[in-house]
Amino acid sequence: MFEDVRDLYNAAILERGRRPRHMNKLAAFDATAKGDNPMCGDRVQVWLKYAPDGSIAETGFDARGCEISKASADLMVEAVWGQAPADTRAMFERFRQMAQSGECPSCAAFAPLKPLAAVHAYPSRVKCATLPWHALLAALEGANNATSES
Amino acid sequence: MNDATPAFDIQAIRAQFPILSEKIRGKDLVFLDSAASAQKPRAVIDAMVHALEHQYANIHRGLHWMSERTTEAYELTRDAAARLLNARDRSEIVFVRNTTEAINLLAHSYGRGILTPGQAVVISAMEHHANIVPWQMLRDSHGIELRIAPITDAGELDMAAFEALLSDFRVGLVAITHMSNVLGSYTPAERITAIAHAYGAKVMLDGSQSVVHRRIDVQALDADFFVFTGHKLYGPTGIGVLWGRRELLDAMPPFLGGGDMISSVSYERSTWADTPHKFEAGTPAIIEGIGLHAAIEFVESIGYSAIAAHEAALTEHALAKMSAIEGVTVIGRAQDRGGVVSFTLDRAHAHDVATLLDRQGIAVRAGQHCAEPLMRRLGLDSTARASFGIYTTRDEIDGLADTLTRIREFFA
Repeated sequence: MFEDVRDLYNAAILERGRRPRHMNKLAAFDATAKGDNPMCGDRVQVWLKYAPDGSIAETGFDARGCEISKASADLMVEAVWGQAPADTRAMFERFRQMAQSGECPSCAAFAPLKPLAAVHAYPSRVKCATLPWHALLAALEGANNATSES
Repeated sequence: MNDATPAFDIQAIRAQFPILSEKIRGKDLVFLDSAASAQKPRAVIDAMVHALEHQYANIHRGLHWMSERTTEAYELTRDAAARLLNARDRSEIVFVRNTTEAINLLAHSYGRGILTPGQAVVISAMEHHANIVPWQMLRDSHGIELRIAPITDAGELDMAAFEALLSDFRVGLVAITHMSNVLGSYTPAERITAIAHAYGAKVMLDGSQSVVHRRIDVQALDADFFVFTGHKLYGPTGIGVLWGRRELLDAMPPFLGGGDMISSVSYERSTWADTPHKFEAGTPAIIEGIGLHAAIEFVESIGYSAIAAHEAALTEHALAKMSAIEGVTVIGRAQDRGGVVSFTLDRAHAHDVATLLDRQGIAVRAGQHCAEPLMRRLGLDSTARASFGIYTTRDEIDGLADTLTRIREFFA
């Protein structure tokens, strides 16, 4: 009955959404921020620990929401390990483009996030995929809260 | 189809809604989101198109034929709305954009003009944001206390607690839903008005949901204000109604200032038009107002007794079907409830449920339903919600139930 949603609800998304690997709070962290989508009730919190060179050394998250937001958060925290904050911001821009268009420009290092590309065909769900990123960027900025409507 | 309610021909009714023959990705549209906004019958569409093509000019000001005819058509809606609510007089009908604007008008004009700092407004724990935020703004700007009447776990107003909130005689206004957009619960309006009046408070009923399903008689309810929006009542967006007792409306200052709401204007001072026009500044939603008239006549042509019987049967059927599905939890168990069924599924978040239902052509709402405090009271982040209209069939509900069973298997 649901073969036509397998593009979005693919094996990687279902696995990450149902059994996230990194859904845990860091015991020691340098930054944290919450993301909140008040229209739909999704909530996510991201924790960061920086390496001495300023790159992201450790990440963790907690999420209450749909499969898409949890899978996105789980894939995201893994994808940004070892990255400088500027690279993470650039990655989010590319991720947002992919989520909105389905296309992934210049994304050699982007393969782990590609399972979410099909979300572009579900416009009302794009914000589910981007919410964890808004929280992550808020943490990088030293802010405490973010919302996602796009 | 097994939709036989006396004098209620569901197929004839469905045939009047052009959109119901649309296909969604090749599948029949199953529209179970009428509580958010209802679909429009041919009569409403035709009335609006007819006005645009044959009978349109600005109203209340032209001296020419077109303006006079358009004014007449628009003002007939006031008569229809007065009849719909059994208002004492057509002048008690104030046109607004929607329920949200009606409540903001009340919070502004009654809240700031009549209530005095130190008085309180009571709302319930199952309000739409539209009936929370305007009162918070009033509280913060005008020193009005905001009190929240609790609900029971079944999703009914806790009447003893409600009465206790009024016992110090400081409550000036009770602003409360007549039917919850999340739980489907009706509130006992007659008891609410009796209790409120005994403690010197006026009562505003938010009838956004109730007016769609049940005959409203503001005099029998002994209400002071009743508000609803056109687009949930099979009418257009952009037009709604604030009904108020004439003497209360007369005592209230205007809301927005501008043309149409004045008697005379000079740079020194202006004087206001009479009720209801003093609350209707600027060119209104003329075409939408004419469309609302057609919507009211459409509802009246079917009749509230037939509508209520159809929806009661559907709701009972839905509750039985949904409750029988393993993993489905229906939220709210009020004794007196209408055709709104919120639910959760154990294996999937409401958004995932809604997306998969959508792929089968079934439209439901998922999320917090503009009722975040209620969701917290219920201990939930979100629910999916199926809501029924005049055109909803038992087959559609069976399809929803079957698909929910399959969704649960998908997320096994």
